[in-house]
Amino acid sequence: MEFKTLLFYLFSTVTVVAALRVITARNPVHAALFLVLAFFNMAGLWLLLQAEFLALVLIMVYVGAVMVLFLFVVMMLDINIERMRLGFWKHLPLGALVGLLLIGEMAAVLSGRYFGLANLPAHNLPANYSNTKELARVLYTEYAYPFEIASVILLVAIIVAVMLTLRRRKDTKAMHPSDQIAVKAKDRMRLVKMAPEVELPAPAAQPGEKA
Amino acid sequence: MISLSHYLILGAILFAISIVGIFLNRKNLIVLLMAIELMLLAVNLNFVAFSHYLNDLSGQIFVFFILVVAAAESGIGLAILVVLFRNLSSIDVEDLDTLRG
Repeated sequence: MEFKTLLFYLFSTVTVVAALRVITARNPVHAALFLVLAFFNMAGLWLLLQAEFLALVLIMVYVGAVMVLFLFVVMMLDINIERMRLGFWKHLPLGALVGLLLIGEMAAVLSGRYFGLANLPAHNLPANYSNTKELARVLYTEYAYPFEIASVILLVAIIVAVMLTLRRRKDTKAMHPSDQIAVKAKDRMRLVKMAPEVELPAPAAQPGEKA
Repeated sequence: MISLSHYLILGAILFAISIVGIFLNRKNLIVLLMAIELMLLAVNLNFVAFSHYLNDLSGQIFVFFILVVAAAESGIGLAILVVLFRNLSSIDVEDLDTLRG
C-alpha cells in the first residue's frame, strides 16, 4: 500500500470518528474539541490534495478563531445538559435511517462506475509549484470583485456581532462627543424678557406730618 | 491509488453524519451550529477534491469564499445565541415560541 493511501485512510477514519463524537458528545465542550480534531484531519486531507494554502487557512481561521469563539460561548452559557439530551434516543432511529440512506445513495452514485470518476488522473504538481501564488493570481484578477464583496460581508458580520451583544447601562455617565459638539448656546441659557427696573424717586418727606 | 470517488464518498459520509446530528440534537442550539460547520466542511472537501482532480483552481477559490461566509455566519449565530440566552436563560430550540409559530 502506498504511503499516501495509508495517510488518506488514517485521516478520513479519524475525521469520521471525530464527527460522530461531535454529534453524540454529552458535553458541548467535548463536542467543540472533537470538531477541532475533525478540522485538523481535514486539513491533512487537503494537504494530500495539494491545497496547501487552504489547509493552513482552515487551521488558522477555523481552529484558531471560529472554534475558540465556540468554546468561549459554550463556557459563557450555563446550559442544563440533561434537559438538552431529552429526546436524543427517540430521534436516533429516524436520524440513522436518513443518514444511512443518504450515504448509501451517494456511495452508489459516486463509486465511479457512472461518471468515470475512478479513472480521473490525479494531477501531481511539480515540487516548485506554489499553490498560494497561483491562488493569489486568480483571486486578485479574475475574482477581485467577489473578493471585495467578501470583505464587506466580514465587515457587516463584525458590526452585527458587536451591535447584537452590546449592552447599554442606564446609569452610565459617559458623554456622547457628538452631542457635546452639537450643543447650542440657547440650549444652555434662557433669555427672559422682563420689564425694566425703574428706580423710584425717594419719597419726599411730607411736610407737616411729623416733625 | 486514491481516486476522486474516495474523497466524494468521504464528503457524503461527513454530510450524512451532520444531518444525523441535526436530527439528534434538535434541542441544543450550539451543537446544531457545530453540525452546520461540519456540513460546510464536507462540502469544502468536495470542492477541493474536484479542484485537484480536474486541475482547476476555481474550486479552491470557491472554498475560500465559503470559509469567509461560514466565519461570518458562525460569528453572527453565536452573537444571536448569546442575546437569546440573556433573554430566555435557555438555548433550547423549543423555548423559541414567542412568535407562536
